[in-house]
Amino acid sequence: MQLTGKQQRLTIVLLGLILCSIATAMILAALKDSVVYFYSPTNLLEKQTIPERRVRVGGLVKKNEQIYTKTGVVNLFIVTDKKNDITVRFTGILPDLFREGQGVVAEGKIGPNGVFFADEVLAKHDENYMPPEVAETLRRSSKSKTGEPR
Amino acid sequence: MIAETGQFTLVLALIVAIVQGTLPLAGSVKNNIRLMALGSTSATSLFLCVLVSFGCLIQAFIVSDFSVFNVAQNSHTQKPLLYKISGVWGNHEGSMLLWVTILTLFGASVAAFGKNLPESLKARVLSIQGLISASFISFILFTSNPFLRLDPAPVEGQGLNPILQDPGLAFHPPFLYIGYVGFSIVFSFAVAALIEGRIDPAWARWVRPWTLAAWCSLTIGIALGSWWAYYELGWGGWWFWDPVENASLIPWLIGTALLHSAIVVEKRDALKSWTILLAILTFSMSLLGTFLVRSGILTSVHTFATDPERGVFILLLLILISGSALILYALRASLILPGGVFSPISREAALIFNNLLLTTGAAVVLLGTLYPLLLDALYGAKVSVGPPFYNATFLPIMAPVLVACVIGSMLRWKRADLAGVLGRLKVATLTALLVVLTIIWATGSGDVLVALALGVSAWIIIGTMVQVSERINLFKFPLSKSLSRARNLPRAFWGMVISHSALGILVIGITISSAWRVEFIKLMKAGDTVSAGGYTLTFAGTLPIVGPNYTGIQGQFRVERNGKEITVLLPEKRSYPAERNRTTEAGILSTISGDLYTVLGEMSENGEWSTRIYFNPMINWIWIGAILMAFGGLISLTDRRLHIRLLEKFSKEANGNAA
Repeated sequence: MQLTGKQQRLTIVLLGLILCSIATAMILAALKDSVVYFYSPTNLLEKQTIPERRVRVGGLVKKNEQIYTKTGVVNLFIVTDKKNDITVRFTGILPDLFREGQGVVAEGKIGPNGVFFADEVLAKHDENYMPPEVAETLRRSSKSKTGEPR
Repeated sequence: MIAETGQFTLVLALIVAIVQGTLPLAGSVKNNIRLMALGSTSATSLFLCVLVSFGCLIQAFIVSDFSVFNVAQNSHTQKPLLYKISGVWGNHEGSMLLWVTILTLFGASVAAFGKNLPESLKARVLSIQGLISASFISFILFTSNPFLRLDPAPVEGQGLNPILQDPGLAFHPPFLYIGYVGFSIVFSFAVAALIEGRIDPAWARWVRPWTLAAWCSLTIGIALGSWWAYYELGWGGWWFWDPVENASLIPWLIGTALLHSAIVVEKRDALKSWTILLAILTFSMSLLGTFLVRSGILTSVHTFATDPERGVFILLLLILISGSALILYALRASLILPGGVFSPISREAALIFNNLLLTTGAAVVLLGTLYPLLLDALYGAKVSVGPPFYNATFLPIMAPVLVACVIGSMLRWKRADLAGVLGRLKVATLTALLVVLTIIWATGSGDVLVALALGVSAWIIIGTMVQVSERINLFKFPLSKSLSRARNLPRAFWGMVISHSALGILVIGITISSAWRVEFIKLMKAGDTVSAGGYTLTFAGTLPIVGPNYTGIQGQFRVERNGKEITVLLPEKRSYPAERNRTTEAGILSTISGDLYTVLGEMSENGEWSTRIYFNPMINWIWIGAILMAFGGLISLTDRRLHIRLLEKFSKEANGNAA
């Protein structure tokens, strides 16, 4: 079967469209299941229902709070947006740049007792760099604290 | 003085670039030979200007001239020389200057190697290259000047982020940039062809070496980057679907599609306007990658502290460069005459299949990368898109590419016999089935996907070998005759064989290392032992260490196999006083069958150390595969058929001189 040039191009365009729609369907399904939402500690506390899915929580590692490594490789620390705090439990080795006052992002699930069980903790390579989500969180909470009437 | 020289030559370069961007183009319109010839001269001078400027910046870093703001911010007198030099592109301003240096190097190379090009095409290509250079030089001069002075000059610099103080920084960015920027030449050729309204197999033959060179460099650059992340970050992973990694993968995927579609233009004079579109898109995606990295709008491990003004500037350049090329495409693509027709079962059709899937894959990665931005802009929701998304979308799209690459390269042009090809691939099919069944049997029930992935890898490698043995008539003639046939096969064929087999090796590495990886996080004191991957590790305690610009602690793991000590792994925790920063150096025993990977954590209150130990089976196959793939590209680049016109020209000149 020899197609003419026009038929040939039509077939290619059609095939491309079919592929695109399959890809779109796959993308939409995957996005629904696998997108990880970012919350500040305040957002999480305000939430009525505890999200079942994985989320990210970000803020500053609270100063003057001990980072516990007593039990070995289990770390407990507090992430704050300077308005509300959340306790994070992380099993593993913390990143090099993890320290008090540093912006961090933890990914995992929130437990029934309000403790956040993280399986991943990100602190950025560059010490001057603040993840934009964390910066935004801090900016919002400081704005609402310094007296916009509610 | 150094900084002023650098600044002066960069301003000079801007003027030269503007000349290069306008006069040869005007010459090609008015058919003025002298104006067109200006293209080569200005491209060479432009490269020299930028090279001097880049050299000045390197010199300022070597002598630690802290009166230059950029040096004071990113260097330190105690840094080893290699890192003083590589630190030049370890920051935004310097890396943009490297970008432009490579951009102008490519322009100068077209001037040097393009002697066989028609004058008007060459003039147009160089003009477009000049315009791109002018945009990026003005970007550097107006928003990211690396030569700004600092008064008073500090006594000591602030040092370079210690994670960047690694040989990886010396090689990863230059290769990546040669790849990104190399596609600018292909872009310029495409735009020039659109202006001329003509594209033919000769055009494809001129473009293919540049595409191949850029593609090889990009492949090596991505492989080096992932290897660097693997050994330096101490997470044991090698690909994180980080926005910046994606930014390099997208042009790679489209570039791979371009590489294949250009073959169709060259051999069959078909798929012409599609190839032009791919050429424009590949470079546009490189620009988009630059924008994503430089603007800092996405959370990524690569982001430097940023300035929104720069992001806006690059976005404008992106819209200007890609936008005008796409508009030109929309207006002129209809002038390109359709070429040879072919049946739905033919090598042309198989290459279209490859192209559609590769570009769809690129589109999926692009969407996943930009989705967080989109959602933030629309609803203000902060999200991140991670590995589960890409596993669910990208991998199923790529799987058919793997299966098809063997069949496609065995189909004949124009009209082919699919059943016949499948018959010739009996051995490969049987081997693949055997692999799948063996693995399902050996691992019990689970791991069907792993078994399938390994089956496909076996299919690619054996199938490619079948093609070689058919071409050299292995076992049908005496071996010596087969070998001499092998020598006479075109290099492009060998390039395909190497790159396709390398793809199989890469898939094996990815599959096995991610499916059967072993990981321990363990608290250890001296004398404790762990077993992983057939090795026994004994923790022997820690020692303090002192480096040229850091101090640290070194852990010692004695590694034994079958009761014999093989090596001692020495993971480190370093702290860099100048940068007030710490890094983790993993201790790795690397073998072809797998890596033993150790990381030292923190000391707990009772003197035990948290440690992380991985066994990553066959992980090196990933980088071996990637490097072999690029090597295949290089072999193809040496195919004399690509240089035949050049040779003819040379021999003509030689004859002329002799007479």
